[in-house]
Amino acid sequence: MDDQQVKFYQVGSFAVGNRLLDGGKHTVQADRARSNSLTSGHRACQGCGEALGARYALDAAMRATEGRLIAANATGCLEVFSTPYPETSWQIPWLHSLFGNAPAIATGMAAALKVKGRSDIRVVSQAGDGGTVDIGFGCLSGMFERNDDVLFICYDNEAYMNTGVQRSGATPPAARTATTEAVGAEPGNVFGQGKNMPLLAVAHEIPYVATATVAELHDLERKVEKAMSFRGARYIHILVPCPLGWGSATSDTVRLARLACETGVFPLFEAENGEITATSKIRHQVPVEEYLRPQGRYKHLFTPTPRPEILKKIQQLADRNIARFGLLAGSDEAELVGAEGS
Amino acid sequence: MLRQIEGSRAVAEAVALCRPEVVCAYPISPQTHIIEGVGVMVKSGRLSPCEFVNVESEFAAMSVSIGASAMGARAYTATASQGLLFMTEVVYNAAGLGLPIVMTVANRAIGAPINIWNDHSDAMSVRDSGWLQLFAETNQHALDLHIQAFRLAEELSVPVMVCMDGFVLTHAFERVDVPSQEEVDAWLPSFEPRQVLDPDNPVSIGAMVGPEAFTEVRYLAHVRQLQALVRIPELAAEFETAFGRGIGGLVSPYRLEGAETVVVALGSVLGTIKDAADALRDEGIPIGVLGITTFRPFPAEAIAEALEGARQVVVVEKAFSIGGHGILGADVSLATTGRGPSVYNVIAGLGGRPITEDSLRRMMLQGIERSLPPLSFLDLDSGLVERELDRMESERRSGPSAENLLRDVGTVPARAS
Ligand SMILES: Cc1ncc(C[n+]2csc(CCOP(=O)(O)OP(=O)(O)O)c2C)c(N)n1
Ligand code: SF4
Ligand SMILES: [Mg+2]
Repeated sequence: MDDQQVKFYQVGSFAVGNRLLDGGKHTVQADRARSNSLTSGHRACQGCGEALGARYALDAAMRATEGRLIAANATGCLEVFSTPYPETSWQIPWLHSLFGNAPAIATGMAAALKVKGRSDIRVVSQAGDGGTVDIGFGCLSGMFERNDDVLFICYDNEAYMNTGVQRSGATPPAARTATTEAVGAEPGNVFGQGKNMPLLAVAHEIPYVATATVAELHDLERKVEKAMSFRGARYIHILVPCPLGWGSATSDTVRLARLACETGVFPLFEAENGEITATSKIRHQVPVEEYLRPQGRYKHLFTPTPRPEILKKIQQLADRNIARFGLLAGSDEAELVGAEGS
Repeated sequence: MLRQIEGSRAVAEAVALCRPEVVCAYPISPQTHIIEGVGVMVKSGRLSPCEFVNVESEFAAMSVSIGASAMGARAYTATASQGLLFMTEVVYNAAGLGLPIVMTVANRAIGAPINIWNDHSDAMSVRDSGWLQLFAETNQHALDLHIQAFRLAEELSVPVMVCMDGFVLTHAFERVDVPSQEEVDAWLPSFEPRQVLDPDNPVSIGAMVGPEAFTEVRYLAHVRQLQALVRIPELAAEFETAFGRGIGGLVSPYRLEGAETVVVALGSVLGTIKDAADALRDEGIPIGVLGITTFRPFPAEAIAEALEGARQVVVVEKAFSIGGHGILGADVSLATTGRGPSVYNVIAGLGGRPITEDSLRRMMLQGIERSLPPLSFLDLDSGLVERELDRMESERRSGPSAENLLRDVGTVPARAS
């Protein structure tokens, strides 16, 4: 999509609503002909970011491939809530095998399509953060390294939600999970651990890597469609707040995803062939406290005893992201999140 | 065409003749020569169209096979030992999904202690996974069983494992009859999947199933195995008509006429067992041999029938359930319960220990006299075991047993003390 200059903002955020855009730039979700890849009736919790993210991403991929899409799915919330036997919410060909092998399943699908000369059909593979950064990491790294023709999407809710909110390698510091309880001298998840999966993907020098959230629909859809314009291994890491695991209001899912970006906690960027090519600028940096306070998993930072020293450490991590990715530098209207060209 | 080639090469030729579309490989001895053989045929263009995928683990190898098979491609992989265990979760999954993947297992022991030599612990560890398991006695068997395996797998939509003894077969140069491409094409139709991922007809494969239907799903897998019990002998007969070789089937009886004693076994050891039995037959002793070609599904009825009339049965096997009993032995006992023969179980050839004709002869004579214990270990060095038990008794920190035993037998120099 070409850039479109938009002069005014009325939506309470810096995102641009469809109403303000030319018809051709409306989101896939706003299109009544969207494929509803993950259709209604599934068993996700109210306000589930993962369900939103999957629907947005797959519908965009469906549009980009003109409906010629196959999906592999790791075990996790997305798999469990979408396919309780004998029902399924998937309106696209879909296969679930195991928790740790979704990237390799997709490799096999892509190999079969190649040998059959079916370049029109494309493969996506999807998993939660646990299925991506932990148990599926070996298969994912192999799929990247071979540059197999697969788009892998990680729905990052920052813990093992399906098994009851245990810590994963993507759980942020200080967050309470069932295996990093808010007790002891260092309550919640410890500092200094965890994997930065998007940067690990960049290090594999695959054709395309992007981060996205469920708050910026235009941005997410654009990145998925862009990913589908490449051949080879591609990776999109989507932050998907989980009301159950995060202890947040079900109505706060999109707001929290937006705050994660505006605080610098979750940087939005794109990379091609190992080089970062674009970042989404932050217009006004929001203090991390605004992002943390509505989340029950950080409650121990505020009550009964406030822990400003821990907040400070989290703020430093956000500041580091902002400096590292240049998220504040030279922001202008053309680079606003959601306003194209971001 | 008759060729003098390595067993692994024979299998690679057989697999290529079956025109797999996706072949996945992760190296482990003694399987390596098989996948190298297929790999070079793909790379040179001789086997085309075919995608040969070098993956990062056996876990991925079986996963890639699942993805390919679910897309309607004929998929093949091979492994052994630690590799089979590393992919175990996916091995069960392939069977649960009902995907007709064919895999060679070049049978090898499982560590620790790490050991690259032949026994059947690997294949036995996944005997309950839902895969069909065929055991080759010779390299010709291995070659022919692979051709039958693809047809069987695809007809029934069940994965098939062809087991061949590591090194003993995989690395042995033997004369084999390699069929022509035309012959195999005429025998093996192209893969018509029962379930396939297709944008024009979207299905969900691998959905969650709770208690309301899980038993039925499992029971259906059992039914498909029972169907295989019928289909395997039919296919072997068809194969014989087409290729002129009566290889395959459920069991292979040898000199069972009037046999009072029968030795039952799987795989390449049958050759030596038959030699030892021939010698006793020459001395007028009524002894016979029953080879098991199909281990899963377990051909209990065919075995019971073949053993009708036997007074004693000696089951020789290269694996056992530690703390329990032999695995084939237990299955054979169950198959013959209430039908007469006494079953003796002998564990032999673990980790590549040679199974000699002399030892087998001694075992057979004991079997004939009915003086074998219910479970025994062929050529067990009990002195070695006793000395280690003594060390463990007298010293708390007796150290790693494997190393102690090696020191004892002189493989590792004795500690200077
Ligand atoms: C080999 C294996 N280990 C553990 C599990 C249990 N398990 C199933 S889903 C899951 C958590 C999934 O977490 P994540 O990938 O982050 O997805 P989410 O549910 O959070 O969306 C776990 C631990 C399993 N199914 N398989
Ligand atoms: S636990 Fe979280 S990720 Fe899972 S369905 Fe509920 S909201 Fe979605
Ligand atoms: Mg998760």
